[in-house]
Amino acid sequence: MAIFNVHVTIENKPGISDPEGETILNDLVLKGTHSSISKIKTAKMLKFTIKEKDKKIAKAKVQEICDDLRIYNPMVSKVTIDVFDA
Amino acid sequence: MKVGVIVFPGSNCDRDMYHVLTDVFKLDAEYFWHEKGLPKNIDAVILPGGFSYGDRLRSGAIAAHSPIINDVRKMAEKGIPILGVCNGFQILVEAGLLPGALLKNTSLNFMCRWTSLIVENNKTPFTNKLKLHQKIPIPIANGEGRYYVDELTLKKLKKNNQIVFRYSEVVNGSTDRIAGVCNEDGNVVGMMPHPERATESAINPIDNKPSSLIFESLIKTIGVKN
Repeated sequence: MAIFNVHVTIENKPGISDPEGETILNDLVLKGTHSSISKIKTAKMLKFTIKEKDKKIAKAKVQEICDDLRIYNPMVSKVTIDVFDA
Repeated sequence: MKVGVIVFPGSNCDRDMYHVLTDVFKLDAEYFWHEKGLPKNIDAVILPGGFSYGDRLRSGAIAAHSPIINDVRKMAEKGIPILGVCNGFQILVEAGLLPGALLKNTSLNFMCRWTSLIVENNKTPFTNKLKLHQKIPIPIANGEGRYYVDELTLKKLKKNNQIVFRYSEVVNGSTDRIAGVCNEDGNVVGMMPHPERATESAINPIDNKPSSLIFESLIKTIGVKN
């Protein structure tokens, strides 16, 4: 068994407006000199620490928790799960 | 006839709701803490507004897993009238008893103001004394009140007559100006605005009668007294 850090990023699905990201882009970043930026999306990240056999099992376990407990609302959000060695 | 008012950690409109049910409409009501079960002799259930679990994760997401929700689910299946107001609506959505999601208002502000609703379905246990397209002056008080459904779900809602209330104006960016919906059977209703803050003339500067009809509809549905 090993310890892994699992990062769960919850963000709006494409096409669903993200007024916070738009405000950061339009009223902060683009008002400076950073015209190369075309999009900013906000997201929420949960960092899990988990003890499992390997990375694959750790990822599957966290995905299962996210789905079972509705950590995200599938109507509007999607999750991305990244696993790192602790 | 008894109405159960569910109390979650962070509910803050539970006493307003209880007051309106008992003092204004003379109904028998009882509080039920979210960790307990609901007795079988309950004729209607109300999930009041507030900030259950401090809106952590997102509004209603944690309260949706409270033990009492299993009983709410069973009662919903039996056809018992269930109303969720504001955070109560968010909890019903997160519990999967109503479709959709409630997102941050487009303005990103907590909005506390008067608006008005248009009745779109007057067949539910909470709207059967209202006229179709009747206007209801009513206050909103929320930060995550922007109702969202995808196009497919919106089509289903329209087809099944599940849109119960629309805002009369663009308020917070809600899909199709939706302010309240019901389940397919029509007995579970959720709404963001606060009817319990609008039924008394002393605190309603516009017209308290339309909001009162929401509670009078419930009385018509479940009867008056034991």
